[in-house]
Amino acid sequence: MANIFVLVEQEGDGPTTLGLELLAKARTLGEVTAVYVGTGAGVDVLGEHGAARVLQTDPGDRLPAGPVAEALAERVSAESPDLILFGQAYTDRDIAGRLAARLGVGVLSNASDVRLVEGGVETDHEILGGSQIATARASRGPFIVLVRPKSFVAESTGGNAPTVEELVLPAAGSAEATVSESHVEEREGPQLGDASIIVSGGRGLGSAEAYELIERLAKQLGAATGATRAIVDSGWVPYAKQVGQTGKTVKPDVYIAAGVSGAMQHMVGMKDSKTIIAINKDPDAPIFSVADLGVVGDVHDVLPKLIEALEAR
Amino acid sequence: MKVVVCIKQIPDPATPYTLEEGTNWLVRPDEQILDDGDRYGVEVGLQIAEANEGTVTLVSMGPSGNGQGVRQALAMGADKAILIEDDALRGSDALTTARALAAAIKEEGFDLIIAGTESTDGYSGVVPQMMAELLGVPALTYATKVEAGEGSVTIHRQTNAGYDVVNAALPALVAVTAGVVEPRYPTFKGIMDAKKKPVDNLSVADLGIEVTSDQTVASIAEATARTAGQKIEDEGEAHLAIVALLEERKVI
Repeated sequence: MANIFVLVEQEGDGPTTLGLELLAKARTLGEVTAVYVGTGAGVDVLGEHGAARVLQTDPGDRLPAGPVAEALAERVSAESPDLILFGQAYTDRDIAGRLAARLGVGVLSNASDVRLVEGGVETDHEILGGSQIATARASRGPFIVLVRPKSFVAESTGGNAPTVEELVLPAAGSAEATVSESHVEEREGPQLGDASIIVSGGRGLGSAEAYELIERLAKQLGAATGATRAIVDSGWVPYAKQVGQTGKTVKPDVYIAAGVSGAMQHMVGMKDSKTIIAINKDPDAPIFSVADLGVVGDVHDVLPKLIEALEAR
Repeated sequence: MKVVVCIKQIPDPATPYTLEEGTNWLVRPDEQILDDGDRYGVEVGLQIAEANEGTVTLVSMGPSGNGQGVRQALAMGADKAILIEDDALRGSDALTTARALAAAIKEEGFDLIIAGTESTDGYSGVVPQMMAELLGVPALTYATKVEAGEGSVTIHRQTNAGYDVVNAALPALVAVTAGVVEPRYPTFKGIMDAKKKPVDNLSVADLGIEVTSDQTVASIAEATARTAGQKIEDEGEAHLAIVALLEERKVI
């Protein structure tokens, strides 16, 4: 049976949804070891989602990537897992990159699916805005694959409590970074990754101030707010709101794109939403090619009326 | 302070990308632009160098083409550029890219390396971390704010919940997010000066690195296309169609 390592980050009192998505895939491929980064709270959830064993490690106030990659590299050399899965997420990427460099292997990044094949690993990648699927093959392990969020569905199988071992980190050295403070940004409404409705704004809003229309509409709908790279780059909204290739992948029930043209970079992050509603002045905007309802019009006319109509209900 | 900024020239994302037959590598035209995300790294590097009596060296790997992107970064104010270009590097994976950049940076010497979080064309998103590991320095990633001086660097690191304040002693690497600062536009003087700035060209042999590639793109297939639905012109009442659809989907 194949031996699969999965990196799972702890957030709050349990594993991240992304980590559980990876476990759902990993358990179909072989025996699963979860490498759990955090204080260890919620460790049983990993068993319920298919991990037979947990290597738990708590970096404390050390930035995790350096020490965790070093400790994990030793484990990988000792146990030769057939596959090491990471999510396309902040700390996952940091650990995966350092681990790969330590082990002298490449990574397969941004995968939407992964298969074990004769002599290696095969992964699927959505390219060119998701219009095409590239299948990549790696022939020399250890195989490190980073999977985009929402590629698999997290589901408990009611598995047993896992055996838990500590992954002992190396002593802190001078060439590493420390976390001195953690700030939780107060936000209203749901997070982008979990929201069932998302309202996103793009360059068509015309100004940073007009993003307020997105926030007001989102409030009426109990939705999360998103953004295109163009307005993040312009500094109108923070990077955390970015939906797309270099931002977050979302699959809400309803995605409302206001003043969004539909650049490839954006589409790959939202095109799998169940229902897409687009409002844009340009009748030829690519976003209309994926929209269930496309409104050719000015967001400054349509959004205030829409907000008013919802307020009146 | 010696600041090194990693930059990349990419095909203009506003033009349709094409893949080379056989290898499925991205076709890189002569005419490439500076990756928009890199303007932020250059600006951060310049501000830190200006505040710490430092210099900014650009390091870039890939076909240099007409060099327009590198010249743009030099015109913003960087002092010099190192370009790594070699046919042996075509189609190289993230690790080979990181090895090449790290080797050039090590040779050049550095106190602080600034990189973008990911490139717009390849977006493997792990090259800065790999370089940091190869160079034995910490990688302070997803920076939304950067302050450096007196042998140390402090950033705000984007997290799912908000941000962490992360510190490290120099030498170190910082990967910045877009929007971290307002990048300056090159002045006319900057553009003229850029033409006289030193540009060094390096090959794989110069760097003495190992080029490995154990990855291939096996096939490309059309994804299942989503079909467009109804498209209406707003004549003052289009919001009602949106309300009706939201009702139909039972979300209001």
